[in-house]
Amino acid sequence: MARKVETSKKYSPKLGKKELNLLTRLSNALSVSGDEQEVREIVYEELKKFKDSMHTDAMGNVLVRREGTGNDRVRVMIAAHMDEVGMMLTKEDGDGLFEFVVIGGVDPRQLVGKPVIVGRSHIPGVIGAKAIHLTTKEEREQVLKVSSLRIDVGLGGSKLVEIGDRATFATSLAVLGPSLRGKALDDRLGVFNLIQLLKNAPENVDLLAAFTVQEELGLRGAKVAAYHFNPEIGIAMDSTPANDMPHFDGEVNPTHNTKLDGGPAIYLMDGATIGDRRLVKWLTETADAEKIPWQYRQPGRGGTDAGAIHKSRAGIPSVSVSVPQRYLHSPAGLVRIDDELNTLKLMHAALSRLDRSILNPQENK
Amino acid sequence: MAKKSNDLLDVLQMLVETPGPSGSEHLIRSKIEDDIRDHVDEIYTDALGNLVAKKGSKKEGGKRVMVSSHVDEIGLMVTHIDDNGFARFITIGGVSPFTCIGGRVLFMNGSQGVIGMERLDKDEHPSLEKLFIDTGATSKTDSKIGVGDVAGFERPFVNLGKRLVAKSMDDRAAVAVAIEALKAIKKSPNEIYFVFSVQEEVGLRGAITAAYGVDPEVGIAVDVTRTGDTPKGVKMEVALGKGPAIKVRDSSFIADPRVVNWMVDEAKAQNLPYQMEVLEAGGTDGAAIQRTRAGVPAGCLSIPCRYIHSPSEMVDADDLQHCVSLLAGLLSKEIGI
Repeated sequence: MARKVETSKKYSPKLGKKELNLLTRLSNALSVSGDEQEVREIVYEELKKFKDSMHTDAMGNVLVRREGTGNDRVRVMIAAHMDEVGMMLTKEDGDGLFEFVVIGGVDPRQLVGKPVIVGRSHIPGVIGAKAIHLTTKEEREQVLKVSSLRIDVGLGGSKLVEIGDRATFATSLAVLGPSLRGKALDDRLGVFNLIQLLKNAPENVDLLAAFTVQEELGLRGAKVAAYHFNPEIGIAMDSTPANDMPHFDGEVNPTHNTKLDGGPAIYLMDGATIGDRRLVKWLTETADAEKIPWQYRQPGRGGTDAGAIHKSRAGIPSVSVSVPQRYLHSPAGLVRIDDELNTLKLMHAALSRLDRSILNPQENK
Repeated sequence: MAKKSNDLLDVLQMLVETPGPSGSEHLIRSKIEDDIRDHVDEIYTDALGNLVAKKGSKKEGGKRVMVSSHVDEIGLMVTHIDDNGFARFITIGGVSPFTCIGGRVLFMNGSQGVIGMERLDKDEHPSLEKLFIDTGATSKTDSKIGVGDVAGFERPFVNLGKRLVAKSMDDRAAVAVAIEALKAIKKSPNEIYFVFSVQEEVGLRGAITAAYGVDPEVGIAVDVTRTGDTPKGVKMEVALGKGPAIKVRDSSFIADPRVVNWMVDEAKAQNLPYQMEVLEAGGTDGAAIQRTRAGVPAGCLSIPCRYIHSPSEMVDADDLQHCVSLLAGLLSKEIGI
């Protein structure tokens, strides 16, 4: 199935000063579904050398076609979504207060008391609640509904934001020893990895890179991006929950989804896609051969851009690979740097050894 | 006629006794391919694993027709193996915990297992989280299965005379009907693509891409439908033994009225019993065909089936035979839509 190519050995990703700077800009950017301009600009800036083979499509996806030089190159689409979950201002109540709705899967319990940034100028605000001094015991046991919460940007700030502006948590990326803590690592790690893959792409493939929009609202950008590229293989690079905290009674948690330090999470099945068995095997065999730690993401619900890609046109064999992350869709997620770099390493190694023979229908078992 | 009927039952038994949950259709696909290869002009497996068999070429007055019956069935996928070798699982497609309890499963790698349940509190309903598969392993290390292994339910085919029982009558009964119709068609102005689709039970996924690839002018799904003829069952007109059910609507699509009338006219012309089907919940490949590309007139020929998505789905042998006649008749003539 796989042929040996030395390039995989030569690429050893690291998180140096330059890379950390890029990842910080990506994580701190405000790019809630439907307004991904800030991340789009970073992608354009990073990929200047691809400017002749890069465009923004009608929905806002950034699509980069990077052709290899080898013979019989497989056309591989890799998607990473630029959008994040967040909030949108819907109504001004006066006094600097704004009603809002959540965009994508945000747990209302995570909202109260959080500092936020609003709009393209990152106007600071806060989702406030009555101080503990004034609340009753009963009130403190209730989850506050989104409809009863307001984003408060202060009186002066209210002139600088408007209805329709997106908002996100005001979290800055931080390095915590072997870990990173930040917001929107779902899926800025994927965006970061896709940028690195483009810059270091092996010559045996045509890499069709899709920096997608509106994934968090139903894989909308990936759907049209896949139609445009019409690839032979589809891969979504994303982030998935690690529910791996120690169990209280010492038992193994059977629904951990993934574990930190377990390496890249390879998908067998989620709510939107059954991972193509040939591609799952390709990834796990590559990881084993390269001695990269890996784990299956436990079969379960949820979905990635692969859900849209595999159903495009006459069908595209697809699979997903995610960086495991604690506290997904919250003001601050936590990942291991090693898991992130090993995901990038695995993707590069897998692409380097890819040839068309793995698409043999008889091997789809 | 008797000979024909036996062929149908033989094919059906072969089909229902082959495991093939969504995403793991390789065994069932190769069995179908072996069975029909000599009866078609072209046969191939597409990118997602749909088996596409082309019969005939378009002649004057003919149309390009897609007939879709799905080869996948509901099943289970292992999510976790504990230290004692018990396997936790997630469902593939619509599986109820009630039909799991005490059930036996067959993994694609040949391993077998039984489904057990944690102790429930008084009045607690069983949920999938409380269930596990016992494969006879004594520890994690001697388990023959791991995370990602897929199993189907295991039950033998039973011929009760007029009524037939098996797991995966949904949709192997329809696959058998499509295969027999395919073999019965001797002459047709139409170019017919028999699609044996994958991943229907998880969202019509195979048919979505197959329909795009085939680009048909008319589409028919063949699938099973519920019945309202069991004690205190759902309120529904369809009953076993009253002939093919011609779908008017389900919750995934409204059948094209021209396709509905075409089916009714053919049933009348052949003097076959038939019944109209209005299904409140459920979907078929017809919905996927209808909405591909710029839109396709599509409908669904349904086989009445009791106890759908249980390991003991029941159909009527005469209904099957009538479905074969109706489908073969529909496809053999010019299509006036």
